[in-house]
Order: sequence, then C-alpha cells, then structure tokens
Amino acid sequence: MAEWLQDVEGLTLEGQIKVPYTWSVGEVGSRFLVALRDEKKILGNRCSGCNMVYVPPRRNCGTCFKDIDENGWLEVGDEGEVTAFTVVRYAYPLQPAEVPFAYAIIKLDGADVGFLHIIKEDLEKLHHGTRVKARFSEDRHAHILDIDSFVII
Amino acid sequence: MEKIAIVGVGQTKYERRKKGEIFYDMVYEVTTKAMEDAGCSLDDIDNVITISNDFWDGRTISCMAVQEAAGAHDKNVSTVEGDGTFGAFYGAMRVLGGFSTTLIVVHSKGSEGDPKIITNAMFDPVYHRSLGLEAISSAALQANAYMHRYGITEEQCALISVKNHGNAKNNPYAQLPLDITVDDVMTSRKIAEPLKLLDCSPVSDGAAAIIIANEESAKRARKAPVWIKGIAHCADAYFLGDRDLADPRALTDAARRAYAMARITNPQDEIDVVELYDAFSYMEPLWLEGMGFCDPGGGGEMTEKGITAMDGSVPVNPSGGVLSAHPVLTAGLARIIEATLQLRGEADNRQIDGAQTALAHGINGPCGQSHCVWILGRE
Repeated sequence: MAEWLQDVEGLTLEGQIKVPYTWSVGEVGSRFLVALRDEKKILGNRCSGCNMVYVPPRRNCGTCFKDIDENGWLEVGDEGEVTAFTVVRYAYPLQPAEVPFAYAIIKLDGADVGFLHIIKEDLEKLHHGTRVKARFSEDRHAHILDIDSFVII
Repeated sequence: MEKIAIVGVGQTKYERRKKGEIFYDMVYEVTTKAMEDAGCSLDDIDNVITISNDFWDGRTISCMAVQEAAGAHDKNVSTVEGDGTFGAFYGAMRVLGGFSTTLIVVHSKGSEGDPKIITNAMFDPVYHRSLGLEAISSAALQANAYMHRYGITEEQCALISVKNHGNAKNNPYAQLPLDITVDDVMTSRKIAEPLKLLDCSPVSDGAAAIIIANEESAKRARKAPVWIKGIAHCADAYFLGDRDLADPRALTDAARRAYAMARITNPQDEIDVVELYDAFSYMEPLWLEGMGFCDPGGGGEMTEKGITAMDGSVPVNPSGGVLSAHPVLTAGLARIIEATLQLRGEADNRQIDGAQTALAHGINGPCGQSHCVWILGRE
C-alpha cells in the first residue's frame, strides 16, 4: 500500500445487489409444503433401498442413489427429540425471530434424519433429548415457516 | 503418482479491512510474489487456476475480472469456486494431466460484503435459508453436537484459541496475534452457544498464490521443491440434519486416501506439522480426530497435553491458523503455503525444526461438508 494511503481513508463505493428470484420448489418440495399448509402435517419419505426416512422428503436417496417413489411417502410425527441446539445471541436482518432464540436439529418421531428448525421459548430448558412439538402458524402459505417454531413439551 | 511439487508461494498480510487494495491489486501482488519466489517469469507459467466466489466479490463471473492480475491473459485459465485447497487440487491435476507449470491464485475480501447474509445463502432456500441460518449458527450446532457426544469442554476449546492466537504472534501475515488466557475466551461475548467471540475466526481480507510444477520444471526452481506426496478430498451430505455432525467421515475418508498415496501408516508419528482449517476453536480437535491423530473424542486432550503445541510431537497451526486470519477461500491455500514454508525451513519464528512431512487441510461447505487433505514432503 502506498505511503500516502496510510494517512487517509481510502475511497469506497457503496452498492447493493438485490436480485429477485422465483425458485421452483419442485414436485417433492411442493407436496411437503402443501401438507404443512393444508393439513398441518409433516411429510417425509422412505428409501426402499436402505429404509432411511427423510424429512424433508427427497427426490432420491443420496446414499443408495435410488429414486424414492410414490410408495415411499409417509407422515412423520410433529413431535421429536432435540439432538443438537444452539442459542443465538446476535441479531441480523434475516433471522425469523427476536434473539435470543435457538436453532435445533430435531429427530422427529418416525424419521431417521434430523429436521432443522427454531425454538423461541423456554430456552433454559433446552437439552439434548428434550422433547419438542411443532407449533403451526395460523396464517400458512406453503412455506417452511408454516411451522412457526417448535415448543418444548 | 508422478512427482509434482510446489515451487513458488506468495501471500498478502491478512487484515480486517484492506482499505488501500481492491481484490485485483491483491491478486497481482501474490501472483508476482509467487513467481519471484519460484524464480520464474510469466513465460514459464503455462496455465492458471483462479479461485473466487461471486457472492463474496459482489460480481458475476468474478474470475474474469482478475485475468490480467493473475497473468492469465492469453493463457489457458480455469476457475474453482471453493476453498483454496480444492483449487490447488485442480491445479495439481492439471500438472499431472500434462501441463508443466500451473499458477493457482485465490482472493477474498470479507470486509466488503456482509458475511452473515452471504453465508446464509449457502443454505437451501426452500427449507433452511428463511430460518436465518448462516456460518456461525450452523457451526454452533456442530460444536454443540460434538462437545456433547464426547464431553469436550468449553475450556478445552478455549485453550485452542489461546494456543493459536499465541502462535500468530510469530506469523507476520496473521491478522490476530493475541496474548489471551482461557478465562479471556470463556468470558468473551456469547455469540451462539457454546461459541463465544474468541472461539470464532475473524472477518478478513487476503490473497494467496502457489505454483505447482512437474519434476522437470521443478528442477529449474530457485528454491528446493516441496513435493506433493498425497492429495484427496471427499464430501458429506448437504443438509446438516442428514449428517452426524460429530463424526467428520468425509475427512476420515479424504485423510485415509491421502495417507495411502503418501505411504503414511501412522500420522501421529510420521507427520511433523499440521496446518488445518480451524474456522472455530472446536474444529481443531474435531478435524484432528477425523484425520486419525487420535481416537474420536480424544481431540480436546491433545492440546491439554501439549501435543499440538509448537514444541509438542504434532504441532498444529504454528501460523496461528484460521482463528487468527480467515480470508474465505484464501485460508485453505494459506495452510498449504504455511506447510511449504515449514518444509523449506523458511517459517522463521514459527519454524518447526527439521520438519520433513507436513499436512495441510481445507474445508468447503457448512460445518466442513467437504474436506481436502494435502501431504507434503521435502523428499
């Protein structure tokens, strides 16, 4: 860096990239989100090769590299067990809740993989193995936040 | 594998904000440094790999903007969007594929964008992004899963931060040399439990470059070549919930294959120095476990017992590691450069005496979704 620059504030250029996207949710994702919206149900699907139950559901099993077909669909529980969590203490604009809130990986009853979501209340009661239940939003739009959060049972 | 070597290296000083340099300037600086280090001119470079990320740079096909700075004008140039270790892996493959000399150059300026908003965008937009998850909160989930599984304590992780920031005092390129105590780390601001401020790496600006050559070209290098003995990478599942976050099995796989190529059977005895990607303090013991330096759950004790200290049997991150400077993408290539300097005996105050074999490691994706392992040697 040139010497003269050390004594002054370098010029900067303010900018922002704001690009609207319209992402396709796809067949599998649409079915999952519509079940949240219309039935307050959490759907998963089972690989016929390894019997792994995925939630959210998948187009194919990554391990077996097989299609998960129509017969694989099932409803998993809206309750489950916390397998990992963190209480977030910093705020930034994209968070869906006021801090502090928690992220948790939840093993929903009947599923074999963890489901990632948030917990807003009773954070001091949060432990490994804590049982939690999905709380659905009143106003649902086929969106992952149709589940408002999970609450400790 | 045919003999290929690292014959030139260059890096910027890593800083919170480089106010005087645009990323083009940084690329030019390290490209020039690496060629000077190798004792070669642009005529000796027959192809170039640039490493950049459009979202961090705020520019579409950002690689195109650094061609002249990287000496790639009128040359065969290709780009990797990922950590520097992965770009260097591609560079090594190009030399194995018939090119004689490949320049690999990486840059990033974390200071220019917004790291939380940018890392939020690495997650799935349908299921995870609108939860606000980003690099820190996802790492905190992994720290929680790992520490709970094996009873790793926050104090053990704090000790790693103390060690690495202390090592950084010997590295003129490091951003955060710090004299701190375990208590300082434990009482630093809570970020996302169990992570506290001093468990987290900083936002950084920086660039780095290396030159990889085949055996014939390596003979013409100004300095002793550092030979690439083994390289491998492996990826795990994308969704965090699909992975066992306490078991970095992709790293285990990559390390096993790199060791096999380098004919290493006992890493703890045969590797003299390790430079690994400790973006958060808990990552150092977790990655050491994954690379087989100890049993699962044994990583915390390695630092307590002094094994990973500068004078220990497996010194880890003599440079201060990623905790002491975290230019995204660049940080992995910096690990390779530090390992190279160690093997040349050019690491000055951070030199591990007589280092013959070194390991450098980088990660891509949240919570170490994929890992790249390099084994380098003097012979």
